[in-house]
Amino acid sequence: MFGYILKRIGVAFLTILLIMVITFLLMNAIPGSPFLTEKSTPEMIARANAKYGLDKPLIVQLGNYILNYLKGDLGTSLKMQEGTAVTKIIFQEGKFALSFRLGVCAVIVAVIIGIPLGCLAAYNRGKWIDSVLRVITTLGVAVPSFVLCALLLIFLGVKLNWVPVISGSLGTFKSYIAPVLGLSFYPMCYIAKLTRTSMLDAINQDYIRTARAKGLKTRVIIFKHALRNSMIPVITYLGPMTAGIVTGGFVVEQTFQIPGLGKYFISSILNRDYPIIMATTVVLATLVILMNLVVDIAYKLVDPRISLTKKGEN
Amino acid sequence: MESKKLLEIKDLKVSFYTPAGEVKAVDGISYDLNEHEVMGIVGESGSGKSVEAYSIIGLLQDPGKVIGGSIRFDGEDILAYTPDQMRQFRGNKVSMIFQNPMTCLNPVYTIGDQLMEALTCHNKNVSKKEAWDRAVEMLELVGINNAEKRMKQYPHEFSGGMRQRAMIAMALICSPKLLIADEPTTALDVTIQAQILELMKDIQKKTGMAIVFITHNLGVVAEVCDRVSVMYAGHIVEQGSVSDIFYRPAHPYTKGLLRSMPRVDELEHERLIPIEGTPVDLLDPPAGCAFGPRCEHCMKVCLKKPRPLWRWETTAILRPAGCT
Repeated sequence: MFGYILKRIGVAFLTILLIMVITFLLMNAIPGSPFLTEKSTPEMIARANAKYGLDKPLIVQLGNYILNYLKGDLGTSLKMQEGTAVTKIIFQEGKFALSFRLGVCAVIVAVIIGIPLGCLAAYNRGKWIDSVLRVITTLGVAVPSFVLCALLLIFLGVKLNWVPVISGSLGTFKSYIAPVLGLSFYPMCYIAKLTRTSMLDAINQDYIRTARAKGLKTRVIIFKHALRNSMIPVITYLGPMTAGIVTGGFVVEQTFQIPGLGKYFISSILNRDYPIIMATTVVLATLVILMNLVVDIAYKLVDPRISLTKKGEN
Repeated sequence: MESKKLLEIKDLKVSFYTPAGEVKAVDGISYDLNEHEVMGIVGESGSGKSVEAYSIIGLLQDPGKVIGGSIRFDGEDILAYTPDQMRQFRGNKVSMIFQNPMTCLNPVYTIGDQLMEALTCHNKNVSKKEAWDRAVEMLELVGINNAEKRMKQYPHEFSGGMRQRAMIAMALICSPKLLIADEPTTALDVTIQAQILELMKDIQKKTGMAIVFITHNLGVVAEVCDRVSVMYAGHIVEQGSVSDIFYRPAHPYTKGLLRSMPRVDELEHERLIPIEGTPVDLLDPPAGCAFGPRCEHCMKVCLKKPRPLWRWETTAILRPAGCT
């Protein structure tokens, strides 16, 4: 197990390096410069490029970036907060923490509501409750996030005046409600759909018939025997989804005016603030890789037949 | 020896309502089962054996429905049970083992957990320790060595025969009065089959429970059963003691079944005689005897009138009249 995790960390490290290279090349393929404004002259741009080492060949820039990364230095912002260290912007100014807090709440809501809804739909397959849930979950998966967030803003914020229109840095409980709903609705519906499908498969298995023959209560059969067997697809989805959500939903952060990482990431691309693009991508990639490791370990916890290491060993 | 009637089934009818129409899977069967008795139910696939068993234990799934008749267990009408009463009845007074032990145990829980659960769901005041001890005791009873260690293992660490043993242990943990065994040996290889049959016979002697043994293997019937019901197309076509069925079969279908089975005492290279034709379409059963179209003794009357009623020959044997 320990060796396995070490191996995974090594692979993760290589993956992150690869992601850096790709992001770096893609980022530099976008035309424009962080220093390009209406007032800037070519000389000013050249001077700034020289200051931040952007005049060097790409391969040298990349090499420098990776070397600095290994030392724990993610560079300084070129434009948005010129001169400030990127690590400070992301971690100390609370951007990541804000997105993380919101994201964790959204994931919890999505799981706690999505899974039981899926069970309910599967258990009542073909009945009205299943049809109602199918409509809701399909809507949830289909409706774009900006439409949902705008609706939430209008109804909860403006019409009913239950929640603040601007959530800001999430100081109060109320300010969480709308963004969490907006962020969790899609994954909740998706989880409900996944759960329903794999639950239907599970409840037709022979061991469910055995459980019924034992005289267990329906609740126990569904939530103990069937649910655990139908969790694999949900866990698979949960991993990357969690990584994506906790690093910030751009639309949600934009709509509710939350100064989180998601919003910052998009602004950094628009501003060509290269170190920030790199840093946010690396943070997201690290989280995705980490979550994948968590997912693989969770598989093993849910299903004892799954072996993490080679076939036959446990 | 006069024994008490444990299970009385009268004119039981089970239908499946499919989009294509009503399928009469079980069409009016009756039998009694005494305490400590082993009843074999034989018949080919689709003859209604399993459906009949599922309706006893209340495991019929939609679109299957009991549409007529009665099932009395220990004098109580179990078709009148509420779902909750039925749940308490299942596993406690009647339990069931199934055909494929490879898939019948939940792969994500330990054997011990599944065994203990079968006990604790009917006896709320059993402590965890007592449940554990009882489960170990049951595993030992069914011949699983190293039971303490085996309790902590998962089904995939058990072989097929071992899993069926564990299933039997689980079914018997509440000491039910009746065990329904739905082709318990079909999915096992022959040597393991023999072991499981031996085990079931042994346990039946020790505990004295009654067994309804569903199988399509006549050899198995001869091995373990006291009485046999032969089912065809949702009807019991013949019922009698094992020796009656094997030595004095009366119904052409039973005779056909016996002729299609290889025998040790027969000459080598002798051809087996199959029953010609295929089972009837239960969506549209014939007006007369269901076996009529395949019967070598079929007469005009057989195809027109419903199958003649039972006639008692001796107190213990049911024989169909008319076609003997």
